[in-house]
Amino acid sequence: MHVTGLQLFWFVLIGVLWSGYFFLEGFDFGVGMLLPVIAKSDLERRGLINAIGPIWDGNEVWLIVAGGATFAAFPLWYSTMFSAFYLALFVVLVALIVRGMSFEFRGLRTSTRWRSNWDRVNFSGSLLASLIWGVAFADLLKGIPLNAHHVFTGNLLNLLQPYALLGGLTMVALFVLHGSTFLSLKTTGELHEKAVGAARRVAPIATLVLLAFLTWTYFVARSHGNSGAVPGFIPVTAFLLIAAVSWLVREHLNGWAFVFTGVAILALTVTIFMTLYPNVITSSTAFSDSLSITTAASQRYTLNIMTVIAAIFTPFVLLYQGWTYWIFRKRITLPPTGAKVEA
Amino acid sequence: MEPILGSVTLTLSRWQFATTIIFHFFFVPLTIGLGFIVAVLQTAVYRTHDERYEHLLRFFGKLFLINFAIGVVTGIVQEFQFGMNWAQYSAFVGNIFGPPLAIEGLLAFFMESTFLGIWIFGKGKVSDRIHLLSIWMVVLGSSLSAAFILVANSWMQHPVGYKIDHATHQAVMTNFLAIFTNELFLTTLAHVLLASLITGSAVALGIAFYQMKREGSKRVFALGARIALVVFFVASIAMALDGSAQGVVTVKDQPMKMAAAEALYNTKSGAPESLLTIGNLKDQVLFQITLPHVLSLLATNSWNGKVQGINQLQKADVKKYGPGNYVPTVWLEYWNFRIMAGLGAVIIAIAVWGMWLLWRKRLDSSKWFRRVAIYAIPLPFIANTTGWIFTETGRQPWIVYGVLRTSQGVTRNLSPWDVGITFVGFIALYVVLGAVDLAMMLHYSRKDLATINGELPPPDGSSGQEIDSLVY
Repeated sequence: MHVTGLQLFWFVLIGVLWSGYFFLEGFDFGVGMLLPVIAKSDLERRGLINAIGPIWDGNEVWLIVAGGATFAAFPLWYSTMFSAFYLALFVVLVALIVRGMSFEFRGLRTSTRWRSNWDRVNFSGSLLASLIWGVAFADLLKGIPLNAHHVFTGNLLNLLQPYALLGGLTMVALFVLHGSTFLSLKTTGELHEKAVGAARRVAPIATLVLLAFLTWTYFVARSHGNSGAVPGFIPVTAFLLIAAVSWLVREHLNGWAFVFTGVAILALTVTIFMTLYPNVITSSTAFSDSLSITTAASQRYTLNIMTVIAAIFTPFVLLYQGWTYWIFRKRITLPPTGAKVEA
Repeated sequence: MEPILGSVTLTLSRWQFATTIIFHFFFVPLTIGLGFIVAVLQTAVYRTHDERYEHLLRFFGKLFLINFAIGVVTGIVQEFQFGMNWAQYSAFVGNIFGPPLAIEGLLAFFMESTFLGIWIFGKGKVSDRIHLLSIWMVVLGSSLSAAFILVANSWMQHPVGYKIDHATHQAVMTNFLAIFTNELFLTTLAHVLLASLITGSAVALGIAFYQMKREGSKRVFALGARIALVVFFVASIAMALDGSAQGVVTVKDQPMKMAAAEALYNTKSGAPESLLTIGNLKDQVLFQITLPHVLSLLATNSWNGKVQGINQLQKADVKKYGPGNYVPTVWLEYWNFRIMAGLGAVIIAIAVWGMWLLWRKRLDSSKWFRRVAIYAIPLPFIANTTGWIFTETGRQPWIVYGVLRTSQGVTRNLSPWDVGITFVGFIALYVVLGAVDLAMMLHYSRKDLATINGELPPPDGSSGQEIDSLVY
């Protein structure tokens, strides 16, 4: 059976949702991971957190919608993926929960220890979630043990394969870079300098890790008989964009640096989805046992209904989410040192 | 997998789902209800500029925010768990169950999270009118979210608008509108939204009375208590009406659940309503208080209506679905239903008493009502939890009533260890989160109004500092 237009549309849409999620939550994860690196005082850390304060929750909804849309449009993809990554997703959940609470709880007490503990939670949550998302998507590409009924037959160790770990590392590096370019746009003074410094130091590392991951992906894709995607225009673009960030930061083109890291993340996600096509999960037991788009998809009626609803409501969501970025476009400025700031 | 291990995995998965959803369901009604009260207060500020409303708004706004995030983050667990622990179920129902979840994300969660960000940080950055609109959008978003998840849940309780595709072994959607107008959904939605208003207003009422003992803030919180009391009263009266409507629908769609709730073993015309039973519910009743004919009246709207009993329903189910036990745990249904409905009656009594005191202008001075209002804070939470346990366990052994058994829905590739580890992990995490949340709630609801005002930026948003300090 070949993929119908409607199924392809929903496969692309789910790719778009994950791309949006990685683009948006990517920089707020990055900010979380940068907390201990570039902010020394409580006030500085609060400045960083305020930069993503009004928007991190909305960014996270992209994940929830990606999950829900997968459930609705590709029930078998959703059920196989979520049950196969059982323990890994449990860690993601814990990471996202404690990270979310850290935003809400840190300001409720004035004690410095209370706050720095919640900041540590924010850091660990951001790091773990970024790492595991990278591992999970690399696993979908490289393959996990599935039997002919698409039931996962492996264990946690099968998920921690070297290629997947490299995928995790790639996500972490890209998100840290994305977070630092975001912060270089949202901060002033000393914080701004530190954000720019972080971007300058991380950019070469991210470039190398991404190159390694894309190269390995080329061989993975070839072993699937699907070498069209890598090295194609899109993954090469991802690499070139990240490679250019060091230069952009040196030239103080911070806006462009942020655009470049963001578009590179989008391009990487698209590369992953293109390499996956026409499957949604690769089986490492036998390639022919892979779960395909056609097998995983919902029936036409459900997909039709979902298409109509998505077409009506998505523009509104994009409009008001974009509008919040406009409302909070101003840079965060810290009060001069010594000024009293109450929580 | 060996059958024994499979059944341990099933049991653990059921307990895990129940535990995590009950915890989540402490915060959902609280934030919807408290959010509504905060929105009412902000509307009052917008219209009157009365500083008492402003004090109340900031006080209850803070309490609202403390609970909001925990409701959101524990909700993600629920979405993931369908795939993680109930993969067979998800694969089977995804065509039908997935769409409401996806629409919930698109329509409700984006609205809720985006406008909450504007509400928290937007003061002074957007106009007062938009700022007021944003809190109402948050309330609308959380209510819509409740609606969509209840569409999905009601379909599990009373499946409509579907057919079974034997080729793919999936339930597939045939009528989208039928699923969204499921009669069980409509009454349940009203039930949950009213329960939310009751929960939020009970918390606001109790805390307002607690704060009224302070001379300095008495004037402000007396006003807060009135607003909370009116919401509490209207919602609890409406709840009584909805509760009886829901009873009728449930008897029709899920007769077994209601028979179990009444421990009615044999079909009866003019069945009595049992208020309290001591002894074994089945055959060794030691002591019982009953209201003659009331069950028939409630279930069928007629004095001598016929109510089906557990034994007859079991027989009919065996005929329909094959051999098996189709009776949920009767004591669980009987007692959870009684605690829920009993607390509902207590809540109505408190509400009526409070309104009477208000009418006689003695609300602020009644020492007894003050005590009751404070100690009544946990009541709606207990009623919500027992109601939820009642309705979810009453569907057993079905995960989708009459279509798929719970035992057929569980993930096949999990060992008891996998589920055991995550179960212990969730419990540990939730105990810590619950304790921190409770500590923060107590801390902030006891705080002096002047202290809280000192901590928050002035109402016009001109904090004089470039950094926002309302939350972080």
